[in-house]
Amino acid sequence: MHLDAKIPGGPLADKWDRHKFELKLINPANKRKFEVIVVGTGLAGGAAAASLAELGYNVKSFCIQDTPRRAHSIAAQGGINASKNYQNDGDSDWRLFYDTIKGGDFRAREGNVYRLAQVSGNIIDQCVAQGVPFAREYGGLLANRSFGGAQVSRTFYARGQTGQQLLLGAYSALSRQIASGKVQMFNRREMVDIVLVNGQARGIIVRNLINGEIESHGADAVVLCTGGYGNVFFLSTNAMACNVTAGYRAYLKGALFANPCFTQIHPTCIPVHGTYQSKLTLMSESLRNDGRVWVPKTAGDKRSPDQIPDSDRDYFLERKYPSFGNLVPRDVASRNAKEQCDLGKGAGETGLAVYLDFRDAIHRDGKDVIAQKYGNLFQMYEKITADNPYEKPMMIYPAVHYTMGGLWVDYNLMSTIPGLFVLGEANFSDHGANRLGASALMQGLADGYFVIPYTIGGYFAGAQLPKIVTSQPEFTTAARQAGERTQRLLSINGKRTVDDFHRELGGILWEYCGMARNDAGLARARTLIQSLRSEFWKNVKVPGTEKDLNQSLERAGRVADFLEFGELMVIDALARRESCGGHFNEGFQTEENEALRDDDNFCHVAAWECAGEGKDPQLHKEPLVFENVKLTQRSYK
Amino acid sequence: MTKTINLTLKVWRQQSAEIKGGFETYHAANISTDMSFLEMLDVVNEQLSLDGREPIAFDHDCREGICGQCGSVVNGRPHGPEKGTTLCQLHMRHFNDGDTIAIEPFRAKAFKVLKDLIVDRSALDKVIQAGGYVSVNTGGTPDANAIPIPKEIADKAMDAAACIGCGACVAACPNASAMLFVGAKVSQLALLPQGRPEAARRVTFMVRTMDKLGFGNCSNERECEAECPKEISITNIARMNREFFKAGLFSSVK
Repeated sequence: MHLDAKIPGGPLADKWDRHKFELKLINPANKRKFEVIVVGTGLAGGAAAASLAELGYNVKSFCIQDTPRRAHSIAAQGGINASKNYQNDGDSDWRLFYDTIKGGDFRAREGNVYRLAQVSGNIIDQCVAQGVPFAREYGGLLANRSFGGAQVSRTFYARGQTGQQLLLGAYSALSRQIASGKVQMFNRREMVDIVLVNGQARGIIVRNLINGEIESHGADAVVLCTGGYGNVFFLSTNAMACNVTAGYRAYLKGALFANPCFTQIHPTCIPVHGTYQSKLTLMSESLRNDGRVWVPKTAGDKRSPDQIPDSDRDYFLERKYPSFGNLVPRDVASRNAKEQCDLGKGAGETGLAVYLDFRDAIHRDGKDVIAQKYGNLFQMYEKITADNPYEKPMMIYPAVHYTMGGLWVDYNLMSTIPGLFVLGEANFSDHGANRLGASALMQGLADGYFVIPYTIGGYFAGAQLPKIVTSQPEFTTAARQAGERTQRLLSINGKRTVDDFHRELGGILWEYCGMARNDAGLARARTLIQSLRSEFWKNVKVPGTEKDLNQSLERAGRVADFLEFGELMVIDALARRESCGGHFNEGFQTEENEALRDDDNFCHVAAWECAGEGKDPQLHKEPLVFENVKLTQRSYK
Repeated sequence: MTKTINLTLKVWRQQSAEIKGGFETYHAANISTDMSFLEMLDVVNEQLSLDGREPIAFDHDCREGICGQCGSVVNGRPHGPEKGTTLCQLHMRHFNDGDTIAIEPFRAKAFKVLKDLIVDRSALDKVIQAGGYVSVNTGGTPDANAIPIPKEIADKAMDAAACIGCGACVAACPNASAMLFVGAKVSQLALLPQGRPEAARRVTFMVRTMDKLGFGNCSNERECEAECPKEISITNIARMNREFFKAGLFSSVK
């Protein structure tokens, strides 16, 4: 299979304009003849559904939650980047592009990332027009802050609730289209399969989560905006319902899955405190703007942090990276925290934590200033831990947060299945091997508001789309198989719960395919996952019935897919014989323990094709061509 | 410090919207005080599953207090006893060994019980669809800094916009009114210059839809404000009322 990314020719800065001109248009009267299914209502899905409906397409929108206002985009705290250069500090499309490419450790496409930077400003304009209450200065203009990994202030924010406000903006645009009848909204539906007719994506099978009915929905194109797969680790900062099922089902039907091993471990999360723990909570990395990260200089120093004088503290990020200090990118910060804890210097009862200390910032700026910037985060921390960060340094530890891998898409955001588009975190495209802070919101909205409305028209203009009905065999077969799978899960009636399997799978991946990986561990992980999977299908216990609201059954289906997908992650990690960004193989590191890339042999996207049950997936490589930036060893010193 | 406690739970169980429900009693043993309330329910559910019984169905998703999907009435209070806290952020350290805890769904005429603690809150979406937006299509918007907005106004709009749409205000209100929810959205958009052109239309249609869907009226009990996990102020209700009267008296909206 030849992977054609369809990057337009010409100078980098002109590619998108040129492409928009070259894409064929659908005349407004004809747009209403097309139906589009959009799965997911996060930033990408909400924005796409609303924008496509505004253009005149008939949209069917699906979400797993009880309303399209809750997708996990809502939990993003810190902000959204845009190259507005409102602060006159030297920002530009070029700089945002370069920072994103470099932050991603040179494993993303130049063309896609430049387009992302180009539309970033439009996103802010759009959101302000919708009534998103961004933070402002006294003069009435928008405020900015700097954010992890950037040396300019380009991050727009709405207190610590930026994701919430942006999502509610997209939700309001979507609600307007629902009211106008252009979007048909299906809440509490979980996509369990995709339907191909003549090789084209023409519909989906969903399970109605209230009554358990399996439903078939047809359309002319399917847009997946189903988020990331971080919950494969069981513990992550993702919402409980986040899953890989939609993406994985598409993979089984022929869509390639790219770079599954690129997972992001976020440095500033509240540490794990018990085996019953269901999820991890992120503390915005904006805290690193004022908080200083440290551990005791001596291993085993168990004094309370206020008893440890400066001379006995190691501010390891400031020491090792004097120019970026506490603001190094997420992968670097995470790995360093793990390294310190591995040396026995970790804080707290478990020793799996480092301090994030605001003492000096409070001395310098006063408690009020710090409270204004981070008050809600401090409050959240105190609610969870019962510790007061104004008086006692926070304890933080890395946690799984974001997945850069996803379904492979071309420049039009179309997967290898014609008519199947993938947006937002669910695709692999823009963040390379590591995502910079405040750029997930940017990418989700860029894809939904400003890319898919153009590229889907180009597809429709050139595609033959014969009439279909959901009673035809492609749909009925897929629906029957979905029902059989459900039956099978319910009939096992074993001795272990779904969560028990999920927790064990997460433990395996965190241990062997987490922040630092090595060949032996990865090989072991693969065997462990295989045997866990086979036990799952013999020994899982799923209570309740099929035609009912059954949350155990919902989770069982997701975990079953995670048990297969986890192995794909491991296979990808083993195949990438280098370290880059979120993928750190201990066998490939510089003398200073930084990720050592192999640009001669691995400057490519690894896209995996399903070869059928019991067979190893087949690897396809899309070479990454850099015409505008020079590949360098990332250095934040 | 972490310790463990034992609790008795009285939980509302209801098979479906059509079938009558009732309280059932469960014992939650060795509950760590560091657990969140929902993690405590997870533990109870794991045991129920292993015993071959159906676990308690409850809505939840982000578990960090922002998505608005969780929420039950705990000992008579939506989201439980802690002020400004969603159920998922309520921790067991606020309970004592030997406590009996009553857990039931949000109750309101407009919120049908779907199963156990899960209710249908789609009526809130319908209120937003009636006008809780600014009518701008994607693209063609002016530069974000074209209209300066005083910081104080932007901050007030943000205070109102913090609503997570959980429905606790409705559950708390003796009239099952959604005035705080609607007032928050009306206020956010009425305060901002972007929302002014449609302000009269918006408030009129949203209030009308709210009434039609079976939400009650406001009689100044202030329970909504007391129970709101995001501490949305009832001044937003007052602002909505002013906007509503203004629209009725001075606009052409019918």
